[in-house]
Amino acid sequence: MSDLGDKQTPQKPLRERSIGDEGALKEFGSNLISTPAALRESIVRHGKPTSDRAKSQTIFSNFFLHILPVRTHIHAIKATTTLGFGVASFVLFILLCVTGVLLMVYYKPSVDQAYASMLDIMHVVPTGRLIRNVHRWSAHAMVAFVMLHMARAFYTSAYKRPRAFNWVIGMGLFVLTLSLSFTGYLLPWDQLAFWAVTIGANIAQSPQELTDALGLTQYFDIGLWQKEVLLGAHQVGQEALIRFYVLHIMVLPVAMSMLLGVHFWRIRKDGGFARPSHADASSQEMPALASEPAPLKSYGLMAMMKDKTPSVNREMRNTITTWPNVMYVIGAATMVTVLAMLLLGYFFDAPLTEMANPEVPENPAKAPWYFLGLQELVSYSAFMGGVAIPAIVVLGLGLVPYLDREKEDVGLWFSGPRGRRVTLVSGLFAAVAVIGMLWFTVSVGWLRNWEATAHVPQIVITFFNPGTVLVALFAMWSVGTVRFMNSTRMGAIALFTCFVVGFVILTYFAMVHRGPNWDFYWSQSDWPVH
Amino acid sequence: MAADKNLIETSQRFKPAATRRDFLGLAATWSAIVAFVMAMLGALRLPMPSVFPESNSRVKLGKPARFAVGSSTYFSKLRLWLFRDEAGFKAISSVCTHLGCVAERDEEGHFLCPCHGSRFDEVGDVISGPAPKSLVWVDLTLSPEGWIVADTLSDVDREVVLKA
Repeated sequence: MSDLGDKQTPQKPLRERSIGDEGALKEFGSNLISTPAALRESIVRHGKPTSDRAKSQTIFSNFFLHILPVRTHIHAIKATTTLGFGVASFVLFILLCVTGVLLMVYYKPSVDQAYASMLDIMHVVPTGRLIRNVHRWSAHAMVAFVMLHMARAFYTSAYKRPRAFNWVIGMGLFVLTLSLSFTGYLLPWDQLAFWAVTIGANIAQSPQELTDALGLTQYFDIGLWQKEVLLGAHQVGQEALIRFYVLHIMVLPVAMSMLLGVHFWRIRKDGGFARPSHADASSQEMPALASEPAPLKSYGLMAMMKDKTPSVNREMRNTITTWPNVMYVIGAATMVTVLAMLLLGYFFDAPLTEMANPEVPENPAKAPWYFLGLQELVSYSAFMGGVAIPAIVVLGLGLVPYLDREKEDVGLWFSGPRGRRVTLVSGLFAAVAVIGMLWFTVSVGWLRNWEATAHVPQIVITFFNPGTVLVALFAMWSVGTVRFMNSTRMGAIALFTCFVVGFVILTYFAMVHRGPNWDFYWSQSDWPVH
Repeated sequence: MAADKNLIETSQRFKPAATRRDFLGLAATWSAIVAFVMAMLGALRLPMPSVFPESNSRVKLGKPARFAVGSSTYFSKLRLWLFRDEAGFKAISSVCTHLGCVAERDEEGHFLCPCHGSRFDEVGDVISGPAPKSLVWVDLTLSPEGWIVADTLSDVDREVVLKA
């Protein structure tokens, strides 16, 4: 009864039964005794995963595992191939779903009760504090790991054909991750939440900056429309809270789950993880398999060994069975991630400031860390920093696989030594550009701080501010790299590195050096005392 | 197959833009697509409110006699400064035009936004920072009973001052 073979056993002829014969009763008795075994056999139709075929079937005939191939290339489980960032992101998403559902048991999405229910969760609900802490830290960690995962995919050229569209789906998942974080940020209804979302909603309104300058606002006020749809009002209040709640617990998680399914499915369909050409070069053919009884279905072989050509009676080159080798790796990444979140949640409380007060803003009112870089750009121009530059970045990143189609060096970190050099030089350039720009803005100022240009029209500031200058510099640098290195891949590396370095420095700067009234301070100890 | 061959021959002879069957198929497909898109648009109309929760924006601030000439009064719930000088009353919203934080008023009478450092002078014009436009002057009227009424959702030109 170990595998598909049982279908072949001839059916027992129906026994003639007559009244008084106790055959049926005996059969009932033995059925009852063997029910656990029969139940197990009806769920798992193959034996213990000891033979290669049973290992294959463990993956192949399990609904939850069948998205994995039954055999995996050894390159895929090398630590340096993915660094486990993708698995960690997915584990964090699951962890967020579980803790999120638990929090929903007590959380009340009403402006009168939300904050009180947060206090209940923190101080009264059994394990509530831990669950909420894990939820909050996992949300932060998920944003971080999604970004790291994106950087890994970029630097190992995993966005190239045939994986181009999966990179685009990844960008969608990145945006969804940020949206989930942002909508969740409002729910505690504390000061931090209220003012961060007030700023966010007004960023949605900021296209007015452009339409005002063009005199179009009275005909086509897309900014106000966006804000009204988002908030259901003109200020953050009950309508906004319930909208954000619905987005956070239903719309965005469902969209995320569906897109995640497509993302995973396409990894498989696009041929697994990107691997360099030398991953197969040095190896020998694997020895022939020990002889085992062949599967009785004619399509069994193809189903179990998917590759360009089927390998008959020997293992595919450089592959190992997914069960249990890859499962160990996934399991280890899962356990490390969950453990880290539990420890964080146990030792560090998620922030909860005083209850939202629409009359007095926090000073400084800082967004969560992943939006701080944007907040710095927003402090030059709301529309450019909050709408246009993020749109350019997401669009630019999404188009990378279609603008760079060089086929060489896929699966190789930084595409080899040349790319490593470009990464380093671009990183230095971006660091100098960003720090120089910040120094200039803080100590020399910008148009409105100078006598001659104090009254330039807003549209000039919208299009010419430290943020747009940086974007222009980065774009020029990348195009220059394409030309100088005569390689689109090198240009892409230059652009992505500029983006990463810019993001890191702006985030650090806004986190550490911006204080009350968004003024510059060397450290928080220099902040004025109220 | 024979029918197909006939069809090809017919189409070669008469070259119709589409056969009747093609036309009906296309018409059905596009009707379904258009119906689906319209239904989706109709469903998306729902989140756009037709009545806003704060639509009652007209608020009584007080009788003119309550405010001395030269005084400035802050209504924190309305986020509104009411000034009275010789010319009359004017009301300036303290909501920053940059990203909606509430600006504080310092000793000089300047407005200062804590979120991104926008500064406005005593009549609400931008001095520095990222704010794209001046602070809003809110429409003031005198009700028949003699109350000063502010309409927090409608702004007025800079010169309009309610005569006391």
